[in-house]
Amino acid sequence: MDSLLNTGRPPVFCPGCSHERVAKALDKALSNMGLTGDKVVIVSDIGCSGLFDTFFNTHAFHGLHGRALTYAAGIKLAKPDLNVIVTMGDGGIGIGGAHLLAACRRNLNLTLLILNNFNFGMTGGQFSVTTPQEAQVGSAFLNRLEKPLDVCSLARSAGAPYVSRCSSYRNDLPDEIEQAVRFEGFSLIDMWGICPGRYTKRNKLTPQIIDESLAGNEPFTGVIKENLRKEYGLHYREIVSGLKKVSPPAGINAEYAPPEPGRREVVILGSAGQRIITSGDILCTAGLTAGLKVTQKNDYNITVLRGPSISEIILSPEDIGFSGIEKPSVIIALAHEGVDRRKYLFGNLDENTLIIRIKGIDIPDTQATVFDIDLKEQGFKIQDWALASLAVMARLNKVISFDMLNAAIKHVFKDKILESALNLVNRAELKKRD
Amino acid sequence: MSSCLMEGNEAVAWGALASGCRFFAGYPITPATTIFNTLLKIIPPAGGICMQGEDEIASIGYCLGASMAGLKSMTATSGPGLSLYSEQISFAIGSEIPLVIVDVQRLGPSTGSATRGADGDVQFMRWGNSGGLPVIVLAPVDVADCFVLTMHAFNLAEEFRCPVFIASNKEIAMTKESFDPDALIKPAIIDRIVSNEEKFFPFEVKEGCLVPQFLPIGGKTLVRQTSSTHGDDGYITTDYNVISRFQNRLKNKIDSAAGSFAFHESFIEEEADTLIITYGVTARAAKAVYDEQKKLGRPVSLLILKTLWPVPEKLIRDKAETANRVFVFEMNMGQYYGEIRRILPDKKVEFLGRMDGRLISPRQITEALGNG
Repeated sequence: MDSLLNTGRPPVFCPGCSHERVAKALDKALSNMGLTGDKVVIVSDIGCSGLFDTFFNTHAFHGLHGRALTYAAGIKLAKPDLNVIVTMGDGGIGIGGAHLLAACRRNLNLTLLILNNFNFGMTGGQFSVTTPQEAQVGSAFLNRLEKPLDVCSLARSAGAPYVSRCSSYRNDLPDEIEQAVRFEGFSLIDMWGICPGRYTKRNKLTPQIIDESLAGNEPFTGVIKENLRKEYGLHYREIVSGLKKVSPPAGINAEYAPPEPGRREVVILGSAGQRIITSGDILCTAGLTAGLKVTQKNDYNITVLRGPSISEIILSPEDIGFSGIEKPSVIIALAHEGVDRRKYLFGNLDENTLIIRIKGIDIPDTQATVFDIDLKEQGFKIQDWALASLAVMARLNKVISFDMLNAAIKHVFKDKILESALNLVNRAELKKRD
Repeated sequence: MSSCLMEGNEAVAWGALASGCRFFAGYPITPATTIFNTLLKIIPPAGGICMQGEDEIASIGYCLGASMAGLKSMTATSGPGLSLYSEQISFAIGSEIPLVIVDVQRLGPSTGSATRGADGDVQFMRWGNSGGLPVIVLAPVDVADCFVLTMHAFNLAEEFRCPVFIASNKEIAMTKESFDPDALIKPAIIDRIVSNEEKFFPFEVKEGCLVPQFLPIGGKTLVRQTSSTHGDDGYITTDYNVISRFQNRLKNKIDSAAGSFAFHESFIEEEADTLIITYGVTARAAKAVYDEQKKLGRPVSLLILKTLWPVPEKLIRDKAETANRVFVFEMNMGQYYGEIRRILPDKKVEFLGRMDGRLISPRQITEALGNG
């Protein structure tokens, strides 16, 4: 196959830069594989490695420092058949560390070529995550204080199934690259090279020294057996092919008349675990069965089964503009946690507000009408109090009718839960607490 | 009549699917997470991809890659995540990558209050990029808007090849609301214009056009994309004439079209002295005040802006023409107030803002107007 090098834009690295060898080796590898330019995208980011995409007649995507792997993932997921080659420097590996870890863990079929020359060539030779502590670089003494990163060990522990470490001066570099590109999964080659423009101005580094250093390091030669697994895109498509299309929620038809005219606001004050939000849903759905407009706002802490849980519902025959609640028609007080968080509500109420209060729950002084009820005595578990209170409210013909409540429950629940919910609301009695 | 119950975030997700969105990537953050949750259920079975990124930078990066490979893409976050998007937003602007970004605003600054609403990112969405070139920002008022404006956002992203923001707010995003899905006025779907030229230059614009034609990365024709300052061919350039032409085009392609997508609702009363200008969730309280004052025989006019950027200057001037006084209400310390003052230098422009996690109420508006 023909070379994919862009003859109009030959590599323009500093004289003696090992990147040029890598560019040529990559071209050789792609040609040996018989790939045409349209089957390949080179994704690069910032630094001298970021020049790579311009040297090739392939698809190209050049972006921000350290982010090449993110663009590459999006492209590969959208175009699974494309060969995605990512070039990054040791600088990009540092700033894009999270993306490297994610790529290793994910195992999407990308090939990452790390052009590791132990410093930031483009900005003046500052230290990178791979700069040796004893090196003299553009960051004065700072690199002496930080331990360099072994990219290959990191990649292995992060789950990369193919990790190779080699010199950019290897004669069989094209084969090395080809193997990585052919690998069905995430592959990475940590290619050690020389930056004559910056690094070797003050540090001695030759192909021979690189070979000696590599020999002194743990070898990485490709496949990491313990990390071999299904390629991400393949796996994703496999799982997804079994999924059924989801339809948008069906509309609920208006079949009933609401028991009261005008806008009605209900506040359910409970604690986490009392199924407050579900009861709010049911109340809203009951509104829909009467053709009312509804809004529902919930307020709860991030903790599960602890802290307040509040649902604020508005039902109205008119469009609901302001969705805040200032003068509720009904407050259901189920737990002190919820009451405490909305205690400012109680002082402003008059007798037109009905408070359904469960026995044992203290509320602030108020002019509202209070309806006390002992749901415990009626045999209700604490997590059923909210729904039972809606039944009480409906029995009183406040806000919703009992028919609306029943219809809502049939919309929200199915099967056994439906049966027990219907049973539950039928059991709730208006019996006032003595 | 038949109604659905949905929160704003769910409506954004369904609106995205209806627009042809087939790629979503996001990082969990309250109050935007339920967009991701919903899309994870509905996009993969529709043949698309939904990803959870390792962070926000990655999430938007996946979207940029996928968009350039031809998929309509969206990401969603809140203020802290928007901060991390910044470098990639600049990329999408400068390199003309279609993308919808949902910012479900929460009370800031910084991590602020995750479950309290605000409209505190209104200037941040516009200016949170390097270079300062224009973006498009649409602001929904309710659940129906969340659906429909998301569709418009995709259309505008495709048409102008730029990032388009949905400026949502926790108070809309996580408030469930009834709406009639059959009553939605959905726009026709617009797709990016695909080139059929034999010799393709990724950033070349045809005579009389301001937006380049598109070909996906991965197709038969080679495509270059770059975050560097580039010429028509997608290679870096130092030619200041080319650069200047390019920067001006990026500005003009949005600014010159501003009048064609000035989404709004207006209720102008002839005998009204005062015009209320507002947007987002605050518009709901303002509408209640408008209704009430009209009933009481003390009418005020109301302009609800649903396109915030580019600022619909002509619309605002037209609607304010007969008003002596303009009052701006917003859930921040006066971010859009400055724009209105700039556009209406001859009017008395007043402002009331609130940034404590609570809604601006109809009563507050009425009191501020002095009509109480």
